[in-house]
Amino acid sequence: MRIQNLQFVALALLAAGAACANARGLSFSQGPRVADSASRPVVFRGAKIVTMAGEDIDDGVLVVDKGKITAVGRAANVTIPANAEEVDARGKYILPGFVDTHSHIGAPAGGDSSSPIQPDCRVMDSIDVRDPGIARARAGGITTANVMPGSGHLLSGQTLYLKLRDGNAIEDLLIKLDDGSAAGGIKMANGTNSRGNPPFPGSRAKSAALVREQYIKAAAYRDKLKKANGDPEKMPERDLNMEALVEVLDGKRVVHHHTHRHDDILTVLRLQKEFGFKVVLHHVSEGWKVADEIAKANVPCSVIVIDSPGGKLEAKDASIETCGVLERAGARVAIHTDDYITDSRLFNRSAALAVRGGMSRRGALAALTIEGAKILELDKKIGSLETGKDADLAIWSGDPLSVYSYVTETWIEGKLVFDRSRARDRLVAEGGRGAGEPRLDLGCCAADGEDR
Amino acid sequence: MRINYIFAAAAALGSFVSTARAQVAIRGETVYTMAGEPIRDGIVIIRNGKIDEVGAASAVRVPPDFTILRAAVVVPGLVDAHTCVGLTGYLNQPHDQEQIERSAPIQPELRAIDAYNPEERLIEWIRGFGVTTIHTGHGPGALISGQTMIAKTVGKTVDEAVMVSEAMVAATLGDGAQNDKSPGTRAKAVAMLREELIKTQAYKKKLAVADETKRPERNLRMETLSKVLDGAMPLLVTAQRHTDMSAALRLADEFHIKLVLDGAADAPMLIESLQRARVSIIIHPAMQRAGGETDNLTFESAAKLRDAGIPFAFQSGFEGYVPKTRVVLFEAAVAAAHGLGRDAALRALTIDAARLLGIDKRVGSLEKGKDGDVALYDGDPFEYTTHCTGVVIDGKVVADKPR
Repeated sequence: MRIQNLQFVALALLAAGAACANARGLSFSQGPRVADSASRPVVFRGAKIVTMAGEDIDDGVLVVDKGKITAVGRAANVTIPANAEEVDARGKYILPGFVDTHSHIGAPAGGDSSSPIQPDCRVMDSIDVRDPGIARARAGGITTANVMPGSGHLLSGQTLYLKLRDGNAIEDLLIKLDDGSAAGGIKMANGTNSRGNPPFPGSRAKSAALVREQYIKAAAYRDKLKKANGDPEKMPERDLNMEALVEVLDGKRVVHHHTHRHDDILTVLRLQKEFGFKVVLHHVSEGWKVADEIAKANVPCSVIVIDSPGGKLEAKDASIETCGVLERAGARVAIHTDDYITDSRLFNRSAALAVRGGMSRRGALAALTIEGAKILELDKKIGSLETGKDADLAIWSGDPLSVYSYVTETWIEGKLVFDRSRARDRLVAEGGRGAGEPRLDLGCCAADGEDR
Repeated sequence: MRINYIFAAAAALGSFVSTARAQVAIRGETVYTMAGEPIRDGIVIIRNGKIDEVGAASAVRVPPDFTILRAAVVVPGLVDAHTCVGLTGYLNQPHDQEQIERSAPIQPELRAIDAYNPEERLIEWIRGFGVTTIHTGHGPGALISGQTMIAKTVGKTVDEAVMVSEAMVAATLGDGAQNDKSPGTRAKAVAMLREELIKTQAYKKKLAVADETKRPERNLRMETLSKVLDGAMPLLVTAQRHTDMSAALRLADEFHIKLVLDGAADAPMLIESLQRARVSIIIHPAMQRAGGETDNLTFESAAKLRDAGIPFAFQSGFEGYVPKTRVVLFEAAVAAAHGLGRDAALRALTIDAARLLGIDKRVGSLEKGKDGDVALYDGDPFEYTTHCTGVVIDGKVVADKPR
């Protein structure tokens, strides 16, 4: 195995070298390709730029410096820095990096079978940044993902919003908030997945009751904290479960709520009203039945678009029309992969199927980008191509809603993280022998790459 | 929305009734007959359920009493070369899962016709995207899980639906064949299959003796496997890893049986063996997820088989969770976009699949005398955003709600 790996590494390096030479040939600039705006500005020329902030720009120019977008507009209106590395994107599309609001890449784990409500569990303590799923997501143009634990609990743990940067450890992929904490939400579920034998709930009413009990407890804990006002003598003992739930009650942590059936969706809205937490409805298979109620509650949806109904009772009325119905009702709609359920490399396909089911084209593109950014409360940084935002983008070979289009390059914070002309990246994008080998995935091209 | 839904259902039902017995003419801006070049502005005339005439609109006269359907693109009804719909129900509850019986590892006597539910909702679902013929039956997951059948995606009873009642015998090699007891290893699985086939050889021999009193009693299992040994029923072997695919080739060689490989994730690693064996492959769904036995999956599998000249068709396969079935049109679309190209993908989805299943005299192309099975689209059938606007089976309009 070891020998095979090394042979493969050698081949991949040769191929990568050839590909780099090719990419240089395409570039306007004379110098070697750095593909990192940390060292010199990068300018993308010639593409149709779908900014998701106003009209699309034909033959647009986008300038990136030190990880941020510094200019975007028509060629005539943009000043190009003198020393910029140029990326020829003529005939292509540039879109904001996709924001996947619900993913399981990186093999995240949350709570175990000991209890149905485990706010203390963090996916941070389980994610494998070498998981091939992360590289595949980049190949699909995804630059930010909400990586969540599963739906087998009423509350399975804390989620993380990750930038899919090249990284050695989970810390390399975190999004740091102003207070220094890592951006993330909390995962909840109702319906059938979270049911089970005691201590798990055996009914829908019991599910809601268990959750309400915990939020009431958390509110009391928060009161104690407030009363103590920092006085160590009066502080309640630290309780990791309560601490996380207080963050939810305070609106610091958004609830990402798995919910399929129409009545389960309304139960989430009822609990939200009672406790006032911020919530996003996830999957929403029967959202088309209660679209008006969802819109009226002004609660956003993160929808999964799947190829057929069924597979479990709560998905029996899943429809590719859901996104369109929600959109017309005035609800906010993002789309997610739920990778492993759908493939991150084909995230665009989910949006295109939503269009097939009646969603507007604009709405579908927003559902992959800016609406997802809003759901993760990161829309000041990501989700559209605007000056000052993070330079997270993907270059598409053509219309991103066409089956025939594919990502040629993905950039995160001004750094090239997926390049289809590199052998390693093409293998990730198409699959094939070696594509699923996580060590190979990073090891073959990283500078210090042997056997990590 | 609720109201819309009911209207749509009523409309679909209404059109079904009104055109059920009508004679149909289908006019397409492009008609892919799969027998010669595509026809620009073509017409397909279906009389009494069979295709009567196909040609350019300028050359074909539509009789005055015919219902005329129009579409941008017209293709033969799609053929899903391997699925489990009709046996694996969409609710995925114990009461609607008939594709696998775990009481014994080898049960070729289990017939698909005794398990097929023609009213299962997923059949209607895939039909709405243009799938008119399915090869379905017992699924992967046991060494020999049972038989398969070929059906049209219509009919209130299995007898109305069925085209071929005993199509293939479904086997699995690899992890899927193994259970807690036996077979518990790859070698044991193959040994058990060989033993069963050798027993069948002996059974056949005893049946052939002149003295009737010395012939063995009927044995359903041996009877079915005799059909495999006689070449009347191919052995459909689901195998993903190259080792398991090689084992299947070895079996076929030893017992001179007709082999169809299914899944075949590692096919690109075995091209020369597959060419030598002249085996046909029902390739894994293009969007199947990589992992474990399927670690080497690629979107380009179909393109690689085409390049090597290995006959293949597409499948929706078996799904154990959400979504409960794939749609073979969507799988072919991804293969088309990943190296295979539109025309080859359309061939694999129609005439090539029909040939692989041995039903090409009836379906798979738009030619005089064949069944009146047609799918209509408002654009390139493989584009994500295109809709299937109509489906005709045996000359009857069975779907007309754009999907």
